[in-house]
Amino acid sequence: MKIGPVLARLHELETDLADELRALGERHAADHDVFHQCHTFALQCERHAAALQPVAARYGEDVDDDGPGFWSGLLESARRTASTSIGRVPESSLLLLRDLRKLFLQAEECSITWVMAGQAAQAARDQELLDVVRMCHQETEIQVKWFVTRIKVASPQALAVG
Amino acid sequence: MRIDEYTDGPVERWVQSACVLCSHGCALDIGVRDGKIVGVRGRGVDRVNHGRLGPKGLYGWQANNAADRLTRPLVRRDGELREASWEEAMDLVAERSRELLATKGSGSLGFYTTGQLFIEDYYTLALVARGGIGTNHLDGNTRLCTATAGQALKETFGCDGQPSGVHDIEFCDTILHVGINTAETQTVLWMHELDRLRGPDPPRSIVIDPRRTQSARESQVHLAIKPGTNLAALNGIAQQLIENGWIDREFLDMHTIGFDALEQTVSSYTPERVAGICGVAAADVRRAAGIIGEAESLLTFVLQGVYQSHQATASACAANNVNLLRGMIGKPGAGILQMNGQPTAQNTRETGCNGDLPGFRNWQNDAHVAELAQLWNVDLLQIPHWGPPTHAMEMFRYAELGSIGFLWIIGTNPAVSLPELHRIRSILEQERLFVVVSDAFLSETARLADVVLPAALWGEKLGTFTNTDRTVHLSEKAVEPPGEARPDMEIFLDYAQRLGLQDKDGQPLVKWSTPEQAFEAFKQMTKGRPCDYTGLTYEQLRGGSGIQWPCNEEAPDGTERLYTDHVFPTGPDICEDYGHELASGATFTQTEFKALNPQGRAILKAAEWTEPHEWAREDYPFTLATGRTVYHFHTRTKTGRAPELQAAAPDPWAELNAADAERLGIAEGDFVRLESPRGAIEVPARLSGPREGVVFVPFHYGYWDVGDNAGPNGRPRAANELTMTIWDPVSKQPIYKTSAVRVEKVG
Repeated sequence: MKIGPVLARLHELETDLADELRALGERHAADHDVFHQCHTFALQCERHAAALQPVAARYGEDVDDDGPGFWSGLLESARRTASTSIGRVPESSLLLLRDLRKLFLQAEECSITWVMAGQAAQAARDQELLDVVRMCHQETEIQVKWFVTRIKVASPQALAVG
Repeated sequence: MRIDEYTDGPVERWVQSACVLCSHGCALDIGVRDGKIVGVRGRGVDRVNHGRLGPKGLYGWQANNAADRLTRPLVRRDGELREASWEEAMDLVAERSRELLATKGSGSLGFYTTGQLFIEDYYTLALVARGGIGTNHLDGNTRLCTATAGQALKETFGCDGQPSGVHDIEFCDTILHVGINTAETQTVLWMHELDRLRGPDPPRSIVIDPRRTQSARESQVHLAIKPGTNLAALNGIAQQLIENGWIDREFLDMHTIGFDALEQTVSSYTPERVAGICGVAAADVRRAAGIIGEAESLLTFVLQGVYQSHQATASACAANNVNLLRGMIGKPGAGILQMNGQPTAQNTRETGCNGDLPGFRNWQNDAHVAELAQLWNVDLLQIPHWGPPTHAMEMFRYAELGSIGFLWIIGTNPAVSLPELHRIRSILEQERLFVVVSDAFLSETARLADVVLPAALWGEKLGTFTNTDRTVHLSEKAVEPPGEARPDMEIFLDYAQRLGLQDKDGQPLVKWSTPEQAFEAFKQMTKGRPCDYTGLTYEQLRGGSGIQWPCNEEAPDGTERLYTDHVFPTGPDICEDYGHELASGATFTQTEFKALNPQGRAILKAAEWTEPHEWAREDYPFTLATGRTVYHFHTRTKTGRAPELQAAAPDPWAELNAADAERLGIAEGDFVRLESPRGAIEVPARLSGPREGVVFVPFHYGYWDVGDNAGPNGRPRAANELTMTIWDPVSKQPIYKTSAVRVEKVG
């Protein structure tokens, strides 16, 4: 049975995504909707990771659940200051686009890994895992959709104006 | 019949119009003597107000005659605004536009308009901006006012369009007010309500509002919820309706989709849980739900307490859900009024000036855009439809970043009305941003402009506009504009001509030159859309009552209420929007919408309540909600110049709960300092209606009448010094009702 490693990987992906979302939000604090939405999504990712933990343990994976990484906490305020100071140069819309694209891909990776976990849960008749997948994957799909929405809005102005 | 009238001396002739000081749009006649407006009287013949007028309508006309009207264009030279000729000013505007179009492209130009112009002005602007210049950056201050109303109607019913009419008050047995204080915002509507509430066989009234308002005092149940918890309260009512079987199962099966998901989402919102979130008694939640559950005709009103608050669109949709659960729509007395704030906000939406495409067209539907391209005789690609039209807050962000270099602000005052004013002022002050302001007065915003264009007001030009219940009124020109002031439509025509905007055959893009021609073109654009105006003419609107759209061959006398057949415009070919995930604003595609398969059924959309972005905390222990007072409108550019209205409420104040005030040692009239992470204001305290922990400040007051400035140079007093830059993820309406502040007494 290879379910354990997939769940461990998924846990890692969600934890990383939470950190990255916080970092993106802080870096683009002057784009206020991005700041708030990324923080909301980061909390979601952390909930996903926490929900995975007991199931992963059953498959012999001891995933730690320390919440946000050390650096993300320490650098938060520094990034925020930087973001307001660079918040008025046109280049920051390109940086935003680059960051959104990167996180879109990370969220996609989470999403497809949830698909794998869900398929495995069905084959293993693991109702508990299936419930976790149902609850979390839907939210990850919304995250992906939000990235698409935001990238669609940001691209014309960042790429075609000026 | 009572005809409300206020005139300054005798009247030589009366000229037909309607009031432009709230969304109720009362019909009135303008009294004229010696070429001057000298008063108004209500029009008894009209369906909306039957001769009645509110205080703003009665007295507000005096602003037209104010001594400080702008009468000549102003151009900034050596840092000062100086008088100039129209030729000089418009040349400068056109030159700067051409320069940016050539060097940075159409996306470097933005237009920020209002809820105060006429259909003819707006539609001309929409064509110039979207079809001519080809910029996606055209939005209205209606973004702060009715964006959520429109959006919630799109999410639930597939398309904008007020389902009910104000006459439904006469037939309802229950009224649910969510975040609306009709007694201050729409006074004639409130008179209409009082006729019922204090008459025989009165309806029962429920009010959801953090303040003990006049409307709340006349209610059976007042849920004085914490700001930012509308969604929890409405989910709680839905939970009770479902649990107690107070739902119309047959209606839900036949005419809605999404019930199962709604049931699942609201199931945890028990009265006890709602009581905990909202800070109200569980028994009151049960009583409110019980009254709604027993209603035979439920009429629901929603306004800024929802639209400008946390989870705005989700909450407005939750109000729609309550009516749909009970099958209460499309019947006399049973329906929904997602209210508007401004008098012509409806037209901002219909003409494509509020971040929509004209005629409630769907930017994701190529067939809709192709219709516009054909009507305007421009290439399909010329009309931006790669994304939703840019919303105001994003436009200001682009101006902050420098990618918008030209911003034309029309009939509105963002330097007082947008959140976080120090930020807005600093954006408008940038040298790299060319700011054009068209207005009747030198507003705070106009003081920051590079070019100021003097505009004609209501009564000084001909046109049409539509109130919150789809009633279209004609407003005749009563007098000449002062000095060189011009109607907005003429200003846009001049601009289009100077830019040489053409259609794809090399002909002038804008094919009209008079208001009536513009109206006819607008009508053609609405043909076949839910807001069909094709049956209306200026002639038909002259003399009698206003008429409600849709008005066409099938409904030549207009339409009192929509959806009487319970068929909703949710087909993929007709709908204005494919909808959003309500918590994040993630946009659904045509394919996803088709898979939902609503096919004429309404869409029950549910979302979980979440904590507001800013929640009162130790260092900022109060929640500030900004709002309105009965005597003023928007930023007082007009009402502050009407002596009676100005005298009634000359200065701002902060309303505090008496218990909070006592704890802080604050007495009535003491100056208090309110401070948020964004700024501070100092205003006198009034001990009145808000629940404990909540402070209320009217948002109308800026600085033009206390020191001739765009910003504070004495005590800061504009409520928006305190508010935060954040907006609803779906409607993009800024949030003004949940800012954390601290309060202290000052000398």
